[in-house]
Amino acid sequence: MDFSSYETDDFYDEIITPENEPRPSARKLVEKIHSLLDGEIERRQRSAEATLFDMGITFTIYQGDKSTDRIFPFDIIPRIIPSSEWVQIENGLKQRIHALNLFINDVYNEGKIFSDGVIPEDLVKSSQAFRKQCIGLQPPQGIWCHITGTDIIRHSDGEYYVLEDNLRSPSGVSYVLENRHVLKRTFPQVFQASGVRPVVDYPNKLLETLQHLGGGFEANPNVVVLTPGVYNSAYFEHSFLAQQMGIDLVEGRDLVVNDDHVFKRTTKGFEHVDVIYRRIDDDFLDPEVFRPESFLGVPGIFEAFRKGNVALANAPGAGIADDKAVYAYVPEIIKYYLGEDAILANVPTYICDRDKELKYVLEHLDELVVKAVNESGGYGMLVGPHSTEKERKEFAEKIRANPRNYIAQPTLALSRVPVIVDDHFEGRHVDLRPYILFGEEIYVLPGGLTRVALRKGSLVVNSSQGGGSKDTWVLHEDEPLG
Amino acid sequence: MLSRVADAIYWMCRYIERAENVARCIDVNHYLMMDMPEKGKGEWASLIRVTGDHQSFVERVGEATEENVIDFLTFDPENPNSILSCVRAARENARSIREVISSEMWEQINRFFLMVTNPQAKEDALETPHKFYEEVKMASHLFAGLCEGTLTHSEGWHFTQLGRFIERADKSSRILDVKYFILLPEPGFVGTPYDSIQWGAVLKSASALEMYRKRYNRISPASVVEFLVLDSEFPRAIHYCLLSAERAVHGINGTPQGTSTNEVERKLGKLRSDLDFAEVNEIIDFGLHEYLDGLQAKLNQVGSSIFNQYFALRPVQEPYGPKA
Repeated sequence: MDFSSYETDDFYDEIITPENEPRPSARKLVEKIHSLLDGEIERRQRSAEATLFDMGITFTIYQGDKSTDRIFPFDIIPRIIPSSEWVQIENGLKQRIHALNLFINDVYNEGKIFSDGVIPEDLVKSSQAFRKQCIGLQPPQGIWCHITGTDIIRHSDGEYYVLEDNLRSPSGVSYVLENRHVLKRTFPQVFQASGVRPVVDYPNKLLETLQHLGGGFEANPNVVVLTPGVYNSAYFEHSFLAQQMGIDLVEGRDLVVNDDHVFKRTTKGFEHVDVIYRRIDDDFLDPEVFRPESFLGVPGIFEAFRKGNVALANAPGAGIADDKAVYAYVPEIIKYYLGEDAILANVPTYICDRDKELKYVLEHLDELVVKAVNESGGYGMLVGPHSTEKERKEFAEKIRANPRNYIAQPTLALSRVPVIVDDHFEGRHVDLRPYILFGEEIYVLPGGLTRVALRKGSLVVNSSQGGGSKDTWVLHEDEPLG
Repeated sequence: MLSRVADAIYWMCRYIERAENVARCIDVNHYLMMDMPEKGKGEWASLIRVTGDHQSFVERVGEATEENVIDFLTFDPENPNSILSCVRAARENARSIREVISSEMWEQINRFFLMVTNPQAKEDALETPHKFYEEVKMASHLFAGLCEGTLTHSEGWHFTQLGRFIERADKSSRILDVKYFILLPEPGFVGTPYDSIQWGAVLKSASALEMYRKRYNRISPASVVEFLVLDSEFPRAIHYCLLSAERAVHGINGTPQGTSTNEVERKLGKLRSDLDFAEVNEIIDFGLHEYLDGLQAKLNQVGSSIFNQYFALRPVQEPYGPKA
């Protein structure tokens, strides 16, 4: 298999230039691919899939009383990010997370950003992610967003843009680690030759971040991962991270609050818990404070948190910073708190809550991507150019009924990476989700999850909508040009 | 260790052991049927009585033909004690503790599950029952071996042992009981050549025939009972199972043998010491079936105290006090 008949079709391709040459960072990889015998690439692809299956890296689909385990689709051609580009991404993300953390703290405390007129107070406080219970709250070490997964895309102009901030238990990092594990077996020689930065340290860094949170009240804090349970679609990741960090994976029923302290139930009695990496949404965390009908959470945990007796990562209420309407203000937020211009650009965003912009959006539905501000996973969105007249009509009704709930963005030409399709390569659109940890300092994992829209022409990369993933290589050094 | 995790480990192992023993019960019945004269046949109904699911069988399935009974005990998803249900339950438990057990253990349970849910399995179980049930037993042995060889022998491992041996003690008593139920309608067989064939089949289904012969040579009912109930060295004998379960409990608690610090240690210790000093003639005079019934009841009590001691989600009563 080779790239001789590969077409980049006016999109930015991460591996191959429009002149059909490998990009400098991908030269070693392409040389290797060209040196393989016929059928060998396909064989390695199958063997990678078999490895993922054996490792049990599957998600479960329940249909009635039957369940099937499937692997998350994976393509062995990696996405490669040159070192110089990564520096920009890394600095941009550190800046962004720093500012967003200050923003969240301000929103729930002094509200200076409102009185200074940078962002409308009612836009923030009308968000579904705003938690009035958090007003006046000071989380341990002043950190609200300990773990963030930011979605970035590269447009056909070659520039990176932030598409979404995910501050509410972003998932996918386990795939980053497992994909790497598999690809090291698939292309061992290329790894060494290209100088790929390792990602294996992530669980360690995550544990350090969590322990740092407990540092205020415990020298060796008792840290646990809190999962909604085995039927959650990200359960594999919860279990994987707990295992990699060597800490307990708990469910709500394993924890109990007594005298505003959290304990886990063990075979030898109750043990104090200091830090909780919770993978349960705010709404379900504590039936006494949030949704009363939730069985997943722990009654009384919020009060224990408020009193500073337990640390929660991320802090409840942190989701306010990833509301898609708040997103539109992030460049101003960065400017306001840090006095700097945003290193990573935002995608231009129309806020339907503003009359003028609403009018524009409704008139240009066929060119725009419209998203519900509080949904993720590719749900609640309309991709204008790929929609039918009927879909646009229905969507316009929804927007008019609740404009605050929608934003719109121009349809971006997401960059592409080759994938294996039968016996040849074809370009498919990708995004990138790097993971950022905020502990003693802000750390960006060199790599991330590259999600790929496997359906031809599709721009939706979410796994629930036919997306797969790729390994993401960040290189130590750039290849000299020439 | 988290109570929920200990609970899942314990039941994962009990269910795998249970699946193995259902296979053994079916196997012994097959052996008995094949060697019986025509008039002794048709005793599949008694097998259902042994496993304790008689009522549900009569209500849902009806006639106790060979095919019905085998299907009910092996593949019926609504019979909670069928092999299929046991393996499925073990797998669900294992899934909730994947970060605690070894990946080898998880993969083996997965394979076991695929084996019994294979569409071909039903036909195999009827056409070549010995082969099929042998595979079920081997899948369970392999799992036990993986627990032994890939799991750190700390608290979690002690719970695997506890689950396995409590279940095995109970089921070994039931395998002995098969013989009682089979013979019930035909007391004339007692003491005939058929009788020793039958006892031989009981031993065989407990994988005990060769080991028995090394110790006793000739098959006599009293010796078989002595071997399967009172032996302290044969791994499927009830006495052995109780000794192992007791060791596991002391391992969990970190307490020395011969002491008792909680309800589980007390109940299990008493039951084990009953068997330390029991004599086979007393058992037979008392009535084997009645004796086994009593033993099963006491095992159930041990099970309840394990639940209360280690797994029950207890209301909070001033745990260790909040930390300063």
